Amino acid sequence: METILVLTHADETGSALTRASLETVTAGLELATRLSAPLTIGIVATDATSAAAALAETGARLLAVSGEAFAQARYASDAAACEALCRAANATIVLAPGSSRFTRVAAGVAHRLSGYIDTHITALGGANTIEASRWFYRQRIEAVISRDLRPWFLLLDAGTHAAFAGASGAAKVEEVAVQLPALRTTVSGFRAPQQDQQTIRPDAKMLLVAGAGWTKKQPDGQIHVAEAAKLILGFLHVTGASLGSSKSLVDQGGEGEPVLPFLTHMNQIGQTGATPRHAKGLSTCCHGEEPHVVGWRFIADRRAISLDPNCGWTRGKADVVYVADAFPVMAKVNALLEAAKA
Amino acid sequence: MANALHIVVCAGIVPDPLQTLEPVTGPAGPGLKNEMVLPAVLDPWAASALYEAAALAAKNPGSKLWLVSLGPKAKLQQVMMTVAQKVPFELVPIDGPIGGFPDAHSTAAVLAETIAALPGLDRTKLLLFGGWESATRGAGVTLQLVGERLGITDQFQGVDQIVQIDLGDSGSFEVLERVEGGKHQVSVCAGAPAVLGWATGNLAEPRNNPQVGMANMRTIMPALQKAKAAKLDANGLSYVSVSLPKQQRTTRVVKDLTPDEIAVELVAWIGAE
Repeated sequence: METILVLTHADETGSALTRASLETVTAGLELATRLSAPLTIGIVATDATSAAAALAETGARLLAVSGEAFAQARYASDAAACEALCRAANATIVLAPGSSRFTRVAAGVAHRLSGYIDTHITALGGANTIEASRWFYRQRIEAVISRDLRPWFLLLDAGTHAAFAGASGAAKVEEVAVQLPALRTTVSGFRAPQQDQQTIRPDAKMLLVAGAGWTKKQPDGQIHVAEAAKLILGFLHVTGASLGSSKSLVDQGGEGEPVLPFLTHMNQIGQTGATPRHAKGLSTCCHGEEPHVVGWRFIADRRAISLDPNCGWTRGKADVVYVADAFPVMAKVNALLEAAKA
Repeated sequence: MANALHIVVCAGIVPDPLQTLEPVTGPAGPGLKNEMVLPAVLDPWAASALYEAAALAAKNPGSKLWLVSLGPKAKLQQVMMTVAQKVPFELVPIDGPIGGFPDAHSTAAVLAETIAALPGLDRTKLLLFGGWESATRGAGVTLQLVGERLGITDQFQGVDQIVQIDLGDSGSFEVLERVEGGKHQVSVCAGAPAVLGWATGNLAEPRNNPQVGMANMRTIMPALQKAKAAKLDANGLSYVSVSLPKQQRTTRVVKDLTPDEIAVELVAWIGAE
């Protein structure tokens, strides 16, 4: 019989669980119900008692590692915390959110417990067994996997389950002691663009994808990078959309070609970039497999503006393709959205 | 030298991203159709790690750079013909299976064993580099597992930048790691040994340098000939199914609307729930 542990961690406040953690709680509850297996939830937080309040209605056994040492996402302390929780729970299946914090340490923890790990899990299925779905070759090939050996760690991709939303209340939490190793790393903070310049917004409903066409010569024979930047940022401002980019556009900076100053490799989607999850996606001036196939795998409703009526990458991948010049279209879109907002 | 580093880059080889991939299942499990004849390249994020490692080694006289790569000898040789022209390194090839379907734990065990046996490696100076995920399995766990096997408990993933703070005895450095929401977490590590799984980094791909290529190839060819064969265990991993996504959309191609008309339609779509 399986026993299930869900590992969770707090957000930057130290006293509330992250959304990805709550999504993993939902996955754990579903799996425990299906397999009639006991469920334990482990919490890593500065203030685990406050963080546990959101889990009062789960009915699960709650274990926690808490204290100032766990305010920072750092390999040595997080691995020690997760290892202690796993040993206390003695679970055969460990579910954890695929957050940057747990992605950093989960494999190491699995190794310490003589276990095995699979990551980027998008679904958990199977009848009396556990079958996990994940993608290979950068979202080009989908596979369903299983493992005989235990403990088996499964890191779930964000957005694949609904976040657990039970009523908040007092929860009984068992504190687990951790023997910390010597800490050689100190987290000094975060570095991010200024608020109004932050173009990556994971919680946005819409993704705007900018392709290299924005920086190419226009019908007047000139390049209009400043105008392109204004149109793209204007759209982001009025819609709150997140910005993705094709590899070719991001790479242009290193090749001495005109660049959109707010784009970095972190905006890149596709083969060597992110595969974000948004309800809608609008691609502009893109041509190629990167944005339309790999980068758009988890975009539900897709439209594209392209000058090429025969672009093979949009056919069968986008729901609607507008054969048009993105400059006048986006200028009008922004004007209409601004007018509606006013 | 106090600040000389021993940098080991783990890098696999992957099918050229422009190739069409089709899964097939054989007696040994899933694989890619015509896998051995698909053009291959160095894994993109691991390539970033290699270029960053070479830049770091150049800044710290006395440093050594090894490139440890597991794959079929013939494919490794093909890829090295290009990679060898980029930056100086010592290749440590391991003759093993190609592709994303073998188990990461077995791969990590072979890599860790090979690195631990590198002649002249000083583990107190070791920086273990690689891509934060491969373009094949994309699990993002191999480097951590290798690090754990080598007893390294300062690990960083999604690294875009490393800045040396102290070039003296301590060798401390600042690391920028990608975290959620388009931000970087900034950490200061006391120094080697450490594991760094690189994202894109900040360096462009170096131009081909025939002189570097010739120097590298003098050691690469003998190393390839002596490459040890590795067999990877499945560790209980089995594949229930492997398939291409079937989702094919019925695309409506709109050719006869003016920009203003398209904008009206798009705004209605954006506003719709």
